[in-house]
Amino acid sequence: MEPTYSSNPDENLQAAEYVEKPESQLKVMWETLRLNKAAVAGLFIIGILALIALTVWLSELMGKQILPYDPNYADMTKSFIKPNAQHWFGTDQLGRDMFSRILDGTKISLFVGVTAVAISLTIGVIFGAIAAYRGGKTDTVIMRLMDMMLAIPSILLAIAFMAALGKGLDKAIIAIGLVSIPEYARIVRGSILSVKENDYVHAAKIMGNKTRRIIYKHILPNVISVIVVRATLGISSAVLDTAALGFLGLGVQPPFAEWGDMLGRARGFIFSAPYTLIFPGIAITITVLAFNLLGDGLRDALDPKSRIK
Amino acid sequence: MLLEVKNLTTEFKLKRGIVKAVDDISFTIDKGEILAIVGESGSGKSVTSLSIMGLLQNPGRVTGGQILYKSQDLNKLSRKEQQKLRGNQISMIFQEPMTSLNPVWRIKDQIMESIMLHMKLSKKEALARTIEMLETVGIPSAAQRANDYPHQMSGGMRQRVMTAMALACEPELLIADEPTTALDVTIQAQILELLYRMREKFHMAVMLITHDLGVVSEAADRVIVMYCGKIMEEADVRSLFNHPLHPYTIGLLKSIPQIDNDSDEPLYMIKGMVPNPLNMPKGCPFSDRCEQSMERCTQEMPQLREIDGHKVRCFLYDAKEGGSGKQ
Amino acid sequence: MLRYIIKRLLMLIPVLLGVSIIVFLIMRVFSPDPAPIVLGQHATQQAADAWRQVNGLNDPIYLQYYHYLKGALTGDLGTSYYTKLPVVKEIMSRFPATIELAFVAIILASFFGIVIGVISAVKKNSIFDNAGMFIALIGVSMPIFWLGILLIILFSGALHWLPSNGRINPLLAPAHITGFFLIDSLIAGNMDSFFDALKHIILPASALAMYSMAIITRMTRSSMLDTLQQDFIRTARAKGVPEGKVIRKHALRNGLIPIVTVIGLQLGSLLGGAVLTETVFSWPGIGAYTVECILKSDFPVVQGVVLLVATIYVLMNLIVDVIYAFLDPRIKYSKKEV
Repeated sequence: MEPTYSSNPDENLQAAEYVEKPESQLKVMWETLRLNKAAVAGLFIIGILALIALTVWLSELMGKQILPYDPNYADMTKSFIKPNAQHWFGTDQLGRDMFSRILDGTKISLFVGVTAVAISLTIGVIFGAIAAYRGGKTDTVIMRLMDMMLAIPSILLAIAFMAALGKGLDKAIIAIGLVSIPEYARIVRGSILSVKENDYVHAAKIMGNKTRRIIYKHILPNVISVIVVRATLGISSAVLDTAALGFLGLGVQPPFAEWGDMLGRARGFIFSAPYTLIFPGIAITITVLAFNLLGDGLRDALDPKSRIK
Repeated sequence: MLLEVKNLTTEFKLKRGIVKAVDDISFTIDKGEILAIVGESGSGKSVTSLSIMGLLQNPGRVTGGQILYKSQDLNKLSRKEQQKLRGNQISMIFQEPMTSLNPVWRIKDQIMESIMLHMKLSKKEALARTIEMLETVGIPSAAQRANDYPHQMSGGMRQRVMTAMALACEPELLIADEPTTALDVTIQAQILELLYRMREKFHMAVMLITHDLGVVSEAADRVIVMYCGKIMEEADVRSLFNHPLHPYTIGLLKSIPQIDNDSDEPLYMIKGMVPNPLNMPKGCPFSDRCEQSMERCTQEMPQLREIDGHKVRCFLYDAKEGGSGKQ
Repeated sequence: MLRYIIKRLLMLIPVLLGVSIIVFLIMRVFSPDPAPIVLGQHATQQAADAWRQVNGLNDPIYLQYYHYLKGALTGDLGTSYYTKLPVVKEIMSRFPATIELAFVAIILASFFGIVIGVISAVKKNSIFDNAGMFIALIGVSMPIFWLGILLIILFSGALHWLPSNGRINPLLAPAHITGFFLIDSLIAGNMDSFFDALKHIILPASALAMYSMAIITRMTRSSMLDTLQQDFIRTARAKGVPEGKVIRKHALRNGLIPIVTVIGLQLGSLLGGAVLTETVFSWPGIGAYTVECILKSDFPVVQGVVLLVATIYVLMNLIVDVIYAFLDPRIKYSKKEV
């Protein structure tokens, strides 16, 4: 008997190809990703940002001045210089070089973004996995708790955490990390539950595999790609949240140059020196955009429907 | 002659090359005739029907030949003129009754849409006609069921609704693309019987597309066997079943399970797979699966020849005709 | 259906209890003592003790929560530490401004999101599609407050077209009827007020709408692309339905079903976004006020706001589900599904 007919002959071909070479999901994801121009562009930008952040950080550690100016050196005689050959992005209200500050800010944003996601990821994965594996009452309690957290706008929750914990870099990381736990817990729980119902997991169980082995060998590889996608997109929202807290004056405090904080402090000069508000925003947008591009690319690469393209 | 397809070629332009889904095929359908087109998936039979309907989706395109309906070339008609014919004079029912109806419309609205589009009827008259059509296709308490949504009906019922919808404007040509494939065997027979009855009632021609030779033997007047976008054999139904000529057709017939066959022999299977449409063999597309394949078959494409009203594309029959009888 | 709605409404109770406990824990257990903040650094120990006593902060935490709950059941959410006004009153005086802003934003976001999304799907891979998707990508990547700043720089600073802060010229403020200036001024028949309110709301609403618009655009596009591939679209074409009607009447009706969910959920996230937008545009709503209260440790107000927002969030989810069932005849909520 004939299988279902597809009017697109290419689909049938692809399906056949797909069966021929079973590969790990991550590898397939990577292969598909490489063909996605937007995602590669995102990855490229992230690479540059990471390079900037690392260079600035290392030179700081070695006590060397690699940036054109000391990002924290205030000189009131030089305040509000419009962008020119010496100060590419101009100077701010305290006469600090904006270009140097923005480059310096890269390390804060990336650091907060990555560590905050690491926190929410770790806790979220643990909660999600326990909920999915235990089921029953444990599941209900955990997921209801997550639902309640989702019912509070994350920015309000983050502000409340900041108010409780106090201001500062480490506190901002914790606050931003805590508020996105529910998303990870939900995703992990969902994907574990769906994998758990797959025939091969049942088969592994029937064949007497230990639970831990099943988790490592069968469930984890499948869940991990979903988490990778979520975490990539999560970094972009963590960067946005960091900037928002900074803008409200609650986030990373001086002397650190943080983009959102720069915007918040320059707000009063919106009409007199608008350029002080342009460049930090561009920096945030580019960073977020890069992680979004990569995240979208990863998600498409994960979706077998779009892989056919 | 109602429909005449002349040298139709339909291609799909893909990144990795061009697939000729339908390759230079010609056939005709007379008024009131049931023509079956048989083939495996990828044989081009569905693409043929979509080409006639003008429903090909990107990247598919008719790249050659003519489709003459009552002597007018459908491809030369404007979009509006095509829409006027579609669902009105030429209509179609599809393989998947489960997904071919709009899930958020009541079935009466879906049928009425077609009626009001093509017949100049008021809403009230259109509704009356809808219920009448639903009764005609054998839906019990049609006036009530007309208010149902598709998900409230079984697959067989939905295919009846599809049929009612297709026949609502009394088309002269009905294209039925695998109308029974997705249905249970008992329902299959009912739908076929329905098509047969409707043909009698409305004197329409039917182009029945199927892979199921059982369906063909029950319903068709004439049969075309397609393989890889080409017509391999064409004959009236009796002649095809009694004296199949092409090795492919013979293979297909042998692979039908027979209940009265007592022997322990396993069911016949055509060996091999349909060739990759991007990488077609040079000669006969069936040559690498054919048990009677000759050297010549892999090198040259045989022509479709007519032998006593029975057409076949195979070198085995070359000698008999003297090798000059191109259709 | 009614039973389903009632059950869902009953589920609001545990959610609100949970949310209030979370906020209580954050604000009263983990936060620093509010007394020095409210009374000022130089307040005496006695004054601080007395203040805590009056506000019940010396009680054990469970007792504090019990008193709070008891009050909440009678509609009393406490009084602000600063203004001494009831929290309900404080919130209600600012809430309409936020709702008005969120509503205008969601209308903008839905309208443009759906229009751009549908055209992008129908004209897939065209210039319009690429441009639309690029805008949507920028939209999800740009901080709301920065977009607000850019709008102010452009439309208030450079062009002087629109005001950069406030809700309305105070001289033109309409009499309080609904609290929504756009509606109140229309009721009063005062077109000057109406246009002034409109001018004030355009920039903040646009800034707030951008992110949601981007999300709705992307969802609409992918949902429509999916729908246009469905068999029933081919059926409609086979009936001879003109292409425009196929898209509007067959595809859109199906493709929009998931979009309703997205729009509903976006309305919830708009309330969060309002915090930033209101700060940038000095919009006298509840968002900017809440930030202020969190920083001033005005616990009762913060608790009240969070409970209100959580209620709205849960209700929005319910409304989305009800609309969903209304749009998609395949969905019938049974008692068991709750």
